[in-house]
Amino acid sequence: MRRLVPSLLLHAALVAGAALTLTPLVWMVSASFMPSGAANAVPPPFLPAHVTFRHYIELFTHLNLARTFGNSLFITVTATLASTVINAMAGYAFAKLRFGGRERLFQVLMGALVIPAQVGMMPLFLMVKGIGLVNTPWAVMIPSLASIFGIFLIRQFALAIPDDLLDAARIDGASEFEIFLRIVLPVLAPILVTLATFTFLSTWNDFMWPLIVLSDDAKYTLPVALANLSGEHVQDTELMMAGSVLTVLPVLVLFLAMQRSYIRGVMMGSVKG
Amino acid sequence: MSRTSERVQQRAAWGFLAPALILIGSFFFVPILAGLVMSFTDFDIYSIGRPDTIRFVGLSNYHQVLTSSEFWHAMRNTGFFVGVGGPLSVLTSLVAALLVNSKLARWKSFFRTVYFTPVVTTMVAVAIVWRYLLHTRYGLINAGLGALHLPAVDWLGDPHWAMPAIILLSVWKNFGYNMLIFIAGLQAIPEELYEAAELDGAGSVARFRHVTLPSLAPTFLFVGVMTMIGQFQIFAEPYVMTQGGPLRSTVTVVLLMYEQGFRWWRMGLATSMAFVLFAVTLVATAIQLRLQGGRR
Amino acid sequence: MIRGRRRGIAPGAAAALALLVALSGCARRDTRTTLRFWGMGREGEVVSQLLGGFERENPDVRVVVQQIPWSAAHEKLLTAYVGRSTPDVSQLGNTWVPEFAALEAIEPLGHRLEQAPFGPGSFFRGIWDTNVIGGRVYGVPWYVDTRLIFYRKDLLARAGYDSIPPTWSGWLEAMRAVKREVGPDRYAIFLPLNEWNPPIILGMQAGSPLLVDDGTRAAFDDSSFRAGFDFYLDLFREKLAPPVTGNEIANVYQEFSRGYFAMWITGPWNLGEFRRRLPADQQDDWATSPMPGPRGAASGISMAGGSSLVMFRDSKHKREAWKLIEYLSRPEVQLEFWRLTGDLPGRVETWRDTALAADPKMHAFEEQLRRVEPLPKVPEMEQIAIRLQDWVERAVRGTVPPDRALASLSDEVDRMLEKRRWLRAHGRLDGSTP
Repeated sequence: MRRLVPSLLLHAALVAGAALTLTPLVWMVSASFMPSGAANAVPPPFLPAHVTFRHYIELFTHLNLARTFGNSLFITVTATLASTVINAMAGYAFAKLRFGGRERLFQVLMGALVIPAQVGMMPLFLMVKGIGLVNTPWAVMIPSLASIFGIFLIRQFALAIPDDLLDAARIDGASEFEIFLRIVLPVLAPILVTLATFTFLSTWNDFMWPLIVLSDDAKYTLPVALANLSGEHVQDTELMMAGSVLTVLPVLVLFLAMQRSYIRGVMMGSVKG
Repeated sequence: MSRTSERVQQRAAWGFLAPALILIGSFFFVPILAGLVMSFTDFDIYSIGRPDTIRFVGLSNYHQVLTSSEFWHAMRNTGFFVGVGGPLSVLTSLVAALLVNSKLARWKSFFRTVYFTPVVTTMVAVAIVWRYLLHTRYGLINAGLGALHLPAVDWLGDPHWAMPAIILLSVWKNFGYNMLIFIAGLQAIPEELYEAAELDGAGSVARFRHVTLPSLAPTFLFVGVMTMIGQFQIFAEPYVMTQGGPLRSTVTVVLLMYEQGFRWWRMGLATSMAFVLFAVTLVATAIQLRLQGGRR
Repeated sequence: MIRGRRRGIAPGAAAALALLVALSGCARRDTRTTLRFWGMGREGEVVSQLLGGFERENPDVRVVVQQIPWSAAHEKLLTAYVGRSTPDVSQLGNTWVPEFAALEAIEPLGHRLEQAPFGPGSFFRGIWDTNVIGGRVYGVPWYVDTRLIFYRKDLLARAGYDSIPPTWSGWLEAMRAVKREVGPDRYAIFLPLNEWNPPIILGMQAGSPLLVDDGTRAAFDDSSFRAGFDFYLDLFREKLAPPVTGNEIANVYQEFSRGYFAMWITGPWNLGEFRRRLPADQQDDWATSPMPGPRGAASGISMAGGSSLVMFRDSKHKREAWKLIEYLSRPEVQLEFWRLTGDLPGRVETWRDTALAADPKMHAFEEQLRRVEPLPKVPEMEQIAIRLQDWVERAVRGTVPPDRALASLSDEVDRMLEKRRWLRAHGRLDGSTP
């Protein structure tokens, strides 16, 4: 009985917090279904009086957001697949393969985590221009293909693989690559899923770099196209909300599907090795 | 047997590392070094048409940045964001973590997921949503204030309120991330410490002060430093919501850098600005580490 | 105008035929040439409606329009230039022409103009001049823009004036009279602090060149700019203008309608906006007037604004690109464009059209367009204008004394122009001198 009041208060606070957190997102979805101009009312409506799909239709027809969605999807999926493999190989090497300079090299990489990405953005743009990849999806992928944080995460997880397991396979005559493929990857599977989710989310949501590197609206990713639209259609609240829903929906769905894995990854990432 | 095995491992290791190292080397380290070199030149719009007009100018870009009132204005804005938004964000995360992790709380994973949701959303999309939420007349936020009989605020039009509005958005978007880290930290505190304290007659407040907080100190440090580093780099929110306005009150250093670099094409100047920001971030991190981690 | 059309079809058909012949070997590919056109803002939205006629005349050309918001246009154009992904033809704000000419990004149009059905004389002189850099022509004016006074006739009448006096002193007296009439809570003129156009216009009217020495030194602290600047500041000191930015006024049109201010220095897009947003019964209460000048009407110059059509050097379809530019410069197409956007046509002869000539509110624009001057044609101009706006605002709000504001501005601008000075000293400024 003594616990009832504190428990009620606690849950009231939790629910209030949840409501405040979700309100912007719920309003975003709700407004996307309102007829044009309905959201600009005093007081602002929370639910649509009449539901309309017009804005979504306009996004896909007149504004060609399907193509933009496709661009984002192609770039994100490709970068996620490639980077997961690349980071896994490097992370495993740092954890389990013995070679000279291993610890020092790893420390250099960790130290580099402090450097903000923007420092190199301008020269990187000129580099990308030099190799003729400006305004292509490959240019957008470049910064996402290998990630120091990803390597760190994999290494953390891979450290737990028992050495005897690997040595036994070596004695049996397996090559390092076969060991990686047959023994290590299956063991790393959970963290690979986590890392892939991380990479998908961050690549999908990336804004500043695609903004810089893409100049053709046929090649835009969703965040860039959305920012572009918002410059022109400031007055069209409901249309912009529909665009936002379209951009946020895939990552939200992915997150909800993978939440356990993803959340565990975040919490793991905070544990310093 | 072990020696050939080691040589084989060594060769294999470089093979495994090669893709990642080549990518990170070429597309991360090389641009940063190139940026450093560029910051000592006057690379600008004239240079693009005629590369032979690039001059080596030594530290003159750095001098210009450090004596520019525009830069210090941006630095003040960024500092306000870090100094006010940082603690606010960390505090909100801590409160959320304490609530969710509480022994009395049920449906923990539901609330945890809900609070984390804003973190995964696309910044541009939510900045657009918030731009409408913060509208003086049609926005839900002012409607909410009105329901509480508080005066409406011109969030994005008043230079005094624009940065607080961005802080509000940033806290909402990011508190879930640090909440998870705090939860991890809270869960790592051994039960025995609480039991011992309770046996000693400590009430819940005292237990919080003497067990929870000290045990969380390293987590606090980690969260504080990581949050601060990230906040120094804020760009998307002012770019989408306010374009640095009103009256340049939301121009942050990275936004200014973007303007100088990609709008006016003063790349030498912009890269030097990036390095100055980097240096400031390092100093601030060192200070925070000293202040918070000192007692070790 | 039929004559123009006939002349248009023949070369168009010939070009199409030539294209067909040339491409007849590549039967499997789509033989149509694709022209990429970048349009900004409202013009970008509307221009595709004009292109049907062009594509009919040139069946082997297809135009793809990309819309870019003004807020991102400058950096998008520059990034495209650096990344070698520029379009074939683009709308370009004419204050940006010097910059893209300096970059050698846009194509000089000299020899094409020689065969064109129009020439410099077809356009307002001051506007044409914005496209001439170092003696070469880089763009063709598309639509023009200038700033002049929109005002409340009825409020001015109550103050005893039936029009805006053409001299600064007369104008000042009129504003004071209006202020006496409307009282302490209202104002005579709206000068938003986030607009750099009014102080620059007044400085230009007072005779300031803004930049000197081939655009390599600031002239903001000399006496002529100071004269315009003081006139501007006095309007705030005498409480004739409210010290606010555009953002601080919730709805400018509502305030104009309410009489919160009686005058506003703004541009042609507001002709349409005023018609749309002001109540029907107030449509007779407002009018336009050319800018007064320090010494009378002739000195009442204004800015030569607007957009040009330019062709990029990297374009692989320059002949077709020029055809597009020619097409969009035809008087009848310009008129149609005006009907769709409200943007003022660049070609002088279109102003003879009954629709344009019949609108009394347009007369002020025609008069003003004969008295416009370009801003200094340096690539840094836009950035300079923005810094000026910053310092002007501080002077108005009183946080910095005017002397120091102008001195600091000049210092900053001098620093910005340092590279240009160096280039000039080494004789490398050819191509970008005004």
